Amino acid sequence: MNAPAKPTVTILAALNKALSDACSEDEKVILLGEDLADPEGGGIVGVTRGLSSKFGDDRVRSTPIAEQAIMGAAIGASLAGYKPVAEIMLMNFTTVAMDMIVNHAAKLRFMSGGQTHVPIVIRTMTGLGYGSGGQHCDYLEAWFAHVAGIKVVAASTPEDAYGLLRSAIEDPDPVLIIENLPTYYTPMSHELPDSSHRVPLGKAAIQREGSDITVVTYARMANETRNAAAKAAEAGVSVEVIDLRTIAPWDRETVLASVRKTGRLLIVHEAVREHGVGAEIAAVVNEELFGELKMPVRRLGGAFAPVPYSKPLEDAFAPNAARILECITQCVN
Amino acid sequence: MATNAYVPGAETLLDIYRRTALLKANDERIRKVITSGKIAMVYYSYRGQEVVPSALSACLRDDDQLCTIYRGIHDMLAKGFPLKELWAELAGRTTGSCKGKGGPMHLTFPPKGIMVTTGIVGSSAPIANGLGWAAQLDKSDRVAVATFGDGASNIGAIHESMNLAAVWKLPVIFVCQNNLYAEHTAYKKMTGGETIAARAAGYGMPGIRVNGNDAVEMYAAAAEAVARARAGEGPTLIEAMTFRFHGHNFGDPGEYIPKEEMAAAIANDPVPALRAKLIADGIATEIQLASIEAAIEAEIDEAVEFAVSSPWPVADDLRFDVFAEEIAR
Repeated sequence: MNAPAKPTVTILAALNKALSDACSEDEKVILLGEDLADPEGGGIVGVTRGLSSKFGDDRVRSTPIAEQAIMGAAIGASLAGYKPVAEIMLMNFTTVAMDMIVNHAAKLRFMSGGQTHVPIVIRTMTGLGYGSGGQHCDYLEAWFAHVAGIKVVAASTPEDAYGLLRSAIEDPDPVLIIENLPTYYTPMSHELPDSSHRVPLGKAAIQREGSDITVVTYARMANETRNAAAKAAEAGVSVEVIDLRTIAPWDRETVLASVRKTGRLLIVHEAVREHGVGAEIAAVVNEELFGELKMPVRRLGGAFAPVPYSKPLEDAFAPNAARILECITQCVN
Repeated sequence: MATNAYVPGAETLLDIYRRTALLKANDERIRKVITSGKIAMVYYSYRGQEVVPSALSACLRDDDQLCTIYRGIHDMLAKGFPLKELWAELAGRTTGSCKGKGGPMHLTFPPKGIMVTTGIVGSSAPIANGLGWAAQLDKSDRVAVATFGDGASNIGAIHESMNLAAVWKLPVIFVCQNNLYAEHTAYKKMTGGETIAARAAGYGMPGIRVNGNDAVEMYAAAAEAVARARAGEGPTLIEAMTFRFHGHNFGDPGEYIPKEEMAAAIANDPVPALRAKLIADGIATEIQLASIEAAIEAEIDEAVEFAVSSPWPVADDLRFDVFAEEIAR
């Protein structure tokens, strides 16, 4: 028997195709961000490579290093009927554009009584693993999930990366897409998604069915959890893996149905555990399923510390497949 | 004095006066209504600054777009914000332009190009750039205007915006209404450099300081900037010198403004000054202007009555306009 062909398709390639397909299909889609156009390399990691050559400098624009100006330009163009996809190079750089994102993008629909709306996508990357230290790899999704008026999305497969980005561009409201830097280049699939592929916002994916415990996760931790679940299966533990895909608004129905079935819930994210997204999910599950739980809801997350530089510290900071497996084993015993 | 070819004719001057008279009467009514307890609201009076947006708006079309700030009701009224929708929004009623969800600091009326009112100092400018970018992409000659105060000229968003507008040659007019006080602090104390207009040179765009209280001068500067923007020649910064006759917000007695400075400013009140000029130049008669003013008062009466007799929103309204889809109960 032949060995199965090795996967070749990466999340980066899927994102590039999604942007290209969106620009081809809708001339109102425009892109902006630092180093985005081809003369500047087509993006710092190449997500937008080839797009300015294909769609022109008017629609695909490199910007100054000025995140407030980037977000403002995206918001303004969206108010005038465009669908801007703004790249904020790293998630930590959203901190210097928080006023534009939180006070304006998220709130203009409500504050205008629905007269205006802000159909923008903010793409930003983050994630530890490259020894970048405390200001280049934070997961800050809880900050945005806490704001009414903005949706928050993170994919862990090329298919989801493509389908979520296409849905985000078509969504009439602002969507923040968190991309994971260390897994951009990991070949995961065999084919690039078709241009009709969409992943609805607000809908989680059951990536592995199981009956002993539910693990709710997203972004790179979904990949780690899938590995942990495969190992657990070898030991006879059946793990249901739910990738939220949309962090806000999250898919309560899918999570509650799964936990109702397994009676156990572990939540895993790379972001600092304290006050993280896991706390909200745990609270809702407790409110809805208190009497049906076989154990208290458990959470794994980043340490309560800035992301450190030194390799042993960085390794210690966030959950990984081994730690997730260890926790799963504790939970079911 | 106007230094370019853009001299307002008699009709334009009368149009500018009509707007200033509306703005002045409206401010006076708002303060009266708050004082009487008829409507409670946060309010940042623009009294004294009426000529700036009136002359500016005389150069603008309905499809030109505006991003203004919390002290910006004068900018909006000058641009054509309808009084009933304005007053109902101030009163927090469902008939307000924003259904009572925005209030005095977030008034919005897209049919007249009034796209964003921000409560955050400096945040009008980054968004105006995006409106300008859209005009460029549409190959339209419409323009975008960002208004802000002297205080905002020291915040980063303004600088990022002016640089991007210059680099992208956007059809944007940055109008700084320098009323000499940033909240409670004198402009001179907190601003490096002699003028805000001079900063434009640092971004490679024209910058001009004008007497914003002089309709002829303000019109000339605005008309030239709008013409440049429409012609695809890029942004302009106008520093319009003016003054506000009241404290930062309603209830602030403004004790940090020296009495002599305030008295001098009020003695040079730009609205009666323009009125007197129209009569002296034979552009209008006292009777004509009085009739315009009476009509404005009647229109405001009607708007206030409409506002206070309109229904209040209900709690369930919170589930709508957060997203396009409603929030589940």
